[in-house]
Amino acid sequence: MTFGEAFFGMSWLDAIIRIVIVVLLMTVVVVYLTYGERKVIARFQMRLGPTRTGPAGLLQGVADALKLLCKEDVRPRNADRWVFEFAPYLTFIPVFLVLAALPFARDWGVRNLALGMFFVFAVLGLNIVGVLMAGLGSGNKYALLGGVRAAAQMISYEIPLVVALLAVAMLAGTLDLNAIAAMQESRPFVLVQPLAFVIFLTAVLSELHRAPFDIPVAESEIVGGYFVEYSGIRWSMFQLAEYAALWAFSIFGAVVFLGGWQFPFGDDWGWWWQLILTLVKSLLLILLIFWVRATLPRLRMDQLMSFCWKALIEVSFALLLVNGLFLYFGWSEIILAVVNWAGAAAFLGAIYLRAIRKPAVENLVGAYKHAGVSPP
Amino acid sequence: MAIWPEERTAAAGDLDTVDMTVNVGPQHPATHGVFRMVLTVDGERVVGCEPYIGYLHRGLEKLTENADYRQAMGWWDRTDYLAGMCCEGAYVMAVERLAGIEAPERAEYIRALMMELSRINSHFMFLGAFGADVGSFGTSFTYAWRERERIYDLFEEVAGDRMFPTYFRIGGVTMDLPANFERRCREVLASIRQGLEDLDGLLTGNEVFVERCRGLTPVTPEWAIARGVTGPMLRATGLAWDIRKAEPYGVYPKLDFDIPTGRQGDVFDRFHVRLAECYQSARMVEQCLEAMPGGRVLAPKLPKTLRINEGELYFPTEGTKGEYGVYLMARGGTQPYRAKLRSPSFCNLSALRELVVGTYVADAIVILGSLDIVLGEVDK
Repeated sequence: MTFGEAFFGMSWLDAIIRIVIVVLLMTVVVVYLTYGERKVIARFQMRLGPTRTGPAGLLQGVADALKLLCKEDVRPRNADRWVFEFAPYLTFIPVFLVLAALPFARDWGVRNLALGMFFVFAVLGLNIVGVLMAGLGSGNKYALLGGVRAAAQMISYEIPLVVALLAVAMLAGTLDLNAIAAMQESRPFVLVQPLAFVIFLTAVLSELHRAPFDIPVAESEIVGGYFVEYSGIRWSMFQLAEYAALWAFSIFGAVVFLGGWQFPFGDDWGWWWQLILTLVKSLLLILLIFWVRATLPRLRMDQLMSFCWKALIEVSFALLLVNGLFLYFGWSEIILAVVNWAGAAAFLGAIYLRAIRKPAVENLVGAYKHAGVSPP
Repeated sequence: MAIWPEERTAAAGDLDTVDMTVNVGPQHPATHGVFRMVLTVDGERVVGCEPYIGYLHRGLEKLTENADYRQAMGWWDRTDYLAGMCCEGAYVMAVERLAGIEAPERAEYIRALMMELSRINSHFMFLGAFGADVGSFGTSFTYAWRERERIYDLFEEVAGDRMFPTYFRIGGVTMDLPANFERRCREVLASIRQGLEDLDGLLTGNEVFVERCRGLTPVTPEWAIARGVTGPMLRATGLAWDIRKAEPYGVYPKLDFDIPTGRQGDVFDRFHVRLAECYQSARMVEQCLEAMPGGRVLAPKLPKTLRINEGELYFPTEGTKGEYGVYLMARGGTQPYRAKLRSPSFCNLSALRELVVGTYVADAIVILGSLDIVLGEVDK
């Protein structure tokens, strides 16, 4: 579908129309993601979530957005004015740019980039500038702690994220997201590269500051972190960026690992089916992220760093090495998949074994479930 | 860019880092009320901690000294407001012992039952809030709140009020239990056990939770005793010290229960001891239900005006946070000459600075949570 070229023969008009469509879609999705998150987490917590605005609370996001627009835009006296005011834009723009490179259906995104995957990383890495600016410019110590934490965290987790995806890109032989999706006609890459998928999900949780890696925005410690001083529309820009990034990463993950618009029957049933596939898969990933948030507590900064540098990076490089060996010797994909599944099981098993290696609590009655003694 | 000029000038001209003071509270989601602490941090590492208290000071002791023995009871509810029954129980029993009044046995059983339900209530508050301190997004909180609501409902049915029932009287309790109490109480107990299992499953086996709490600030019994630390925090160090066993009062000698203890006194043990204590309290409530005799609930022939001649007494009870001791001195008349509360939260809180210094900022919040303070009791 080429709107501009079809109607007027102008490619720039085509690009603008596509951008408008994607931006509108993104706005709707973000508004309903906040609603969805509140509803889903309310289910986990035996609450109802929003019910009052519109049927089943469906207009809650609209009401929130209107309220935020009307609120006063407060700037602290000792904030650095321009740094403070530009930070939300610099957080938001990279996320928006990323959406321009994601394929929603066959050959349909704002632009098909031959180096799509590379572009996504390069641009999302800029996100950190806005966060750091917000942390430094707010003139608030909680914000400073949050900004510095975010910087350390995002820089660290970028590495396993990139390496894990690089392993998939090696198999695909391309960085073009459309080509990667098209390649998954018979099987999504998650079946071949489950370990890469696990690393990807972990690193994405960290990149998005979602639980259990929500250290830069830790509510119970630094009360919101780098955006603690923002209010009204600027605060909502941060929220918009957060949820847009969540969505962008989910589509990205769906395209690279879950078969994107291709698997199953993507080519047979037409563009509407491809669009549904992309959206449903991304929403499933988002649901998983909400689920994690409702369940897991938060890690500590040093534990987060050591998990990245001592576990994730090593495992992702090992994965890269294994994939390289398989490609070099041209072994069958089945063997590669088996090795990968074994790797993923070993990785998750190691985490689980660490969890059950707990202090001796057999004299504690409350711990009967774990100690194997019957309750009183 | 003039952020924090006083600290910037300290580092002027070189690349040395300076410590930064971070104010936590009194309006902060993790301070459980109106507690304030000023942390001095070197990056993420806490190098100093200055607690400030008193935001909730209401002059409990002076108010008690200026009120009739019976009027003062309502104030004591409001010290440990998460377990009002335990507090009023302590005060009422202290006055009874000072005045030489005997409560009927049925009243004593009702009191023990209510106090144990209160203890569960307070511990649930801890379990939920502690999960939130460690960073779980409110799920533990709502799990705990469900059970607390049920306990409060039961209190309302019995006493007519939820948080501050003022149900006990000097010489017994206000009124008898409602007719369907036993059935309702067993329903609530079943729900409590379910809630405990839910919380156990959500937190105890969680890798992230264990990673955060295990081995964080382990302390020895000697260390804890030297600082006046009592209650679950002391028991977490491995010392089975429980006033209900050590200096029994009420019907506790007749009840069969264990004292859960930890091993190393770290944050994880403190959490786990409280979880285990809830099971013990549920056991005690069941025993009370079974053993409860019939008869009066208020002693007959109580004096119209309660006058206590010369006398002095310190009456320790096992509050939900530790040793909740009531000191009363009478010199005749209808009012105590001196009233004093030995509040466990206050004493436990005094150990905070030593525990917090040297840990990370995130740990400081968790350690504060593991002390399980309630500000009504700290500030009196």
